[in-house]
Amino acid sequence: MSTDSQKNADHSPILEFKSSTFSVPVLILATNKLIAIEKQLQKKIYLAPDFFKNSPLVLDLQYLNKNNLDIDVTNLTHLIRRLDLLPIGIRGGTAQQNQQALKVGIPVHFGYSVNPLSKMKKQEIAKPKAPEVETIPTTIITRPVRSGQRIYASGDLIILAQVSPGAEVLAEGNIHVYGSLRGRALAGVVGNTDARIFCSDLQAELISIAGNYKISENLDGVVPHQLVQIYLQNHTLVIKDI
Amino acid sequence: MARIIVVTSGKGGVGKTTTSASIAIGLAKKGHKTVVIDFDVGLRNLDLIMGCERRVVYDFINVINGEATLNQALIRDKNCNLLYILPASQTRDKDALSQESVGKVLDELKKDFEYIICDSPAGIEKGAQLAMYFADDAFIVTNPEVSSVRDSDRMLGILSSKSRRAEQNEEPIKEYLLLSRYAPNRVKSGDMLSLNDVQGILSLELLGVVPESNSVLNASNAGIPVILDEKSDAGQAYADIVDRYLGENKPHRFIDEKKGLLGILFGSK
Ligand SMILES: Nc1ncnc2c1ncn2[C@@H]1O[C@H](COP(=O)(O)OP(=O)(O)O)[C@@H](O)[C@H]1O
Ligand SMILES: [Mg+2]
Repeated sequence: MSTDSQKNADHSPILEFKSSTFSVPVLILATNKLIAIEKQLQKKIYLAPDFFKNSPLVLDLQYLNKNNLDIDVTNLTHLIRRLDLLPIGIRGGTAQQNQQALKVGIPVHFGYSVNPLSKMKKQEIAKPKAPEVETIPTTIITRPVRSGQRIYASGDLIILAQVSPGAEVLAEGNIHVYGSLRGRALAGVVGNTDARIFCSDLQAELISIAGNYKISENLDGVVPHQLVQIYLQNHTLVIKDI
Repeated sequence: MARIIVVTSGKGGVGKTTTSASIAIGLAKKGHKTVVIDFDVGLRNLDLIMGCERRVVYDFINVINGEATLNQALIRDKNCNLLYILPASQTRDKDALSQESVGKVLDELKKDFEYIICDSPAGIEKGAQLAMYFADDAFIVTNPEVSSVRDSDRMLGILSSKSRRAEQNEEPIKEYLLLSRYAPNRVKSGDMLSLNDVQGILSLELLGVVPESNSVLNASNAGIPVILDEKSDAGQAYADIVDRYLGENKPHRFIDEKKGLLGILFGSK
């Protein structure tokens, strides 16, 4: 019996604390201009409104702070909540930003906080070591993704079956589809412009990489049943035979 | 071990009730004790097609509400004594059904029957979800037209995400395609999707093709499920379907246009 469980009079547990991991999209900000952030977010939401509606979100300010770009977390939070997104955490913030976050009810993930002093000390004493590789598990789907279904992968997504019209597959990394892709596929959904889509039969309703998208109307020239890859070049989607 | 089969489609009017009635009889005639449940609360259709509408005393909702026992509500089929029907109520509304109460009735039926067939209402809402929730096998009844195929695909998505098997991470529901109201001459003229088109979109194991046939309407007017009309094409198609489901290897029929007398004599296509 877990030590955290509480019992009431009839000895059935009332609650229990369990440690558990969730996959939550992380919003990595590369600018501190609120208007630009809002515009870009609106664009993304337009692409997958169901996915983003009331979606939880972790705010990542590490890049901004590395580049000495300050941002007001109170205003940022209001903006994000206005768009029906639910920030549930902040990481990489400064002490002041963390303070602001707590005031508007957002937990701070300290493991990641910017603390210039302690970082310097660490660097001084650290021996050279192999670069850290963050491994994000690949999601493999073996059954068809049917109309109305949505799959989200926080790493790469490999689908060994078809994606039906009206289905949606999203990944923060690359997407591979080895059946017919007839629904929507969105790779690099949190901004990874290097993400690619590979598929053996492109008949999609929409394809997108890091928010740059094409709808089926613009895919008229694509030959079905042909192995292709899709990647970003100068903010434009390129579709190439393999 | 009892198996629960849901006959479902998303779209209405595609032949779910026709199919439920015929495969129920087919399974029972092969010696398997079978019960067929009408989940279409408010419409009540199955008992008409089975020709037992005048023997309905209690119904599914009565059982759920504890107003009647299962034994009181089950109607024994007049053609086959291994087959029972649990009719739907015409007067109550669907909200009477809940997942828990349906589960209880199914658990009780499982003790006594080999096959439990759930005739689903149309749509993808609560009624259809309750009919499929506990299923082990799903017969996806599809007509050769785009909207029906699309709805079937949607239903398949629900089967693989919202069923008991999906929620409890068990082996997924076994899904079969039943292509109904197929008219090869209309496929040829381009008015209907072909079997290949449908398979291309759904990629499911094909249990059988049921041709569009006047015998279905005649059978339901007479209250005798079409499978009992052994001379009819649709009746034979359903008999094949039952055999294939039970593991027999039967070649598919009714896919190509009927050859005229001359065609048969001269072997032309
Ligand atoms: N193979 C068939 N050929 C001709 N008519 C059919 C066929 N199957 C079903 N029908 C007709 O289609 C209508 C709807 O059938 P039904 O089984 O009640 O569908 P559902 O239960 O899916 O609503 C009925 O009028 C029925 O007679
Ligand atoms: Mg019906």
